[in-house]
Amino acid sequence: MLELLRQPWHWSIAGIVIGLIVPALLILGNKKFGISSSMKHACAACLPGKFAFFDYDWKKEIWNLYFVVGILIGAVIAATYLADPNDIVIAERTKLALINLGVTDFTTLLPADIFSWDSLKTSKGWIFIAVGGFFVGFGTRWADGCTSGHSIMGIANLQWPSLLATVFFFAGGLVMTHLLLPLIL
Amino acid sequence: MKNYKYLLVGLVFGIVFIKAEIVSWFRIQEMFRFDSFHMYGVIGTAILVGIISVQLIKRFNLRSIEGEKIELPDKNFSYGQIFGGFIFGLGWALTGACPGPLYALIGSGFTIIIITLIFAILGTYVYGILSDLLP
Repeated sequence: MLELLRQPWHWSIAGIVIGLIVPALLILGNKKFGISSSMKHACAACLPGKFAFFDYDWKKEIWNLYFVVGILIGAVIAATYLADPNDIVIAERTKLALINLGVTDFTTLLPADIFSWDSLKTSKGWIFIAVGGFFVGFGTRWADGCTSGHSIMGIANLQWPSLLATVFFFAGGLVMTHLLLPLIL
Repeated sequence: MKNYKYLLVGLVFGIVFIKAEIVSWFRIQEMFRFDSFHMYGVIGTAILVGIISVQLIKRFNLRSIEGEKIELPDKNFSYGQIFGGFIFGLGWALTGACPGPLYALIGSGFTIIIITLIFAILGTYVYGILSDLLP
C-alpha cells in the first residue's frame, strides 16, 4: 500500500480530490475555495499603511490561513513519508525542448539550475524566483482569484468571468513559455 | 478550534499537490507545451467534480454543518480578469506555480520558494496600493 502511495498519483485521483475540496469547504462552513486570498489577508494583517484595499477585518477570513498552513504541512508529510525515490518522468518533447534551452537538472520537482539559493547570484535566477513571484501575486489579486478561485471554484459555479480569467491565465502562460522563456533561459 | 478542520482539508490538498506533481515546474511546462495530458486531466476532472457538487448543493439547498445557508455570489466582470489574468499567467509559467503550490513547495523542502512567496505577497501589496488607479 505504502509503495503504491509513493508512486506519482494518477491525474484522475488528483482531479477528484481537488474537485471535492469545493463542496467540502462549502459544507464545512460556507467557505469558497480560493488560495490567493491568503496573500491578501497576510498583507492586511502584517504590512504597514492604511490602504482601503487592505482595510477589512482579516480575522474573519482566518480560516483561509489555516487552509494554506494545512497545504504546507501536507507537503511536509508527502515529502517525508511518501517521497518517490525515482527521478521525475516528464514528456520527452518537453524534456528535449528544455535541454535545448539549457536546463540540465531533471531529478526533482523543480530544476535546480533555476530554483536554488545559488541562482540568486544571477539575474536569470531573480527573474524566475522573484519577478515570477511578483507577477503571480500582482496578477492574481488584479484578476481577483487564481487557478483555484477562478478556474475551479468560479467555473464550477458557472461564472463566465472566471472562464475569461482562466483563458487569460493560459494566454499569459503560453506567451511566457513560447516567446519569452527562450530569451530568458 | 473550529478552524482546524480547514487545516485538515488543506493538508489533504498539500499531499495531492506533491504526489500528483502538480507543483512541478516541469509539469507546468508540459502543459504549456501541450506535451502531456496530465495537468489538463487534473484541472478538467476537478472542474467536473466541482460543477456536479455545486449543482447538487444548489438543487438540494444544502446547508453547512453549522446550519448556515450556502451562498455562492456571482463574479462580476472586470478588466482585471484580462490584464491581471495575463500577468498571473506570465508568472505561472516562470515560477511553475500558482499560489497553492508555493506553500506546498516550501513544505516539501524547496526553501528558495520562500523568496517567491515573499515576492508574491509583495505583488499583492503593490496591487492593493494601486488598485484605485487600475481598471
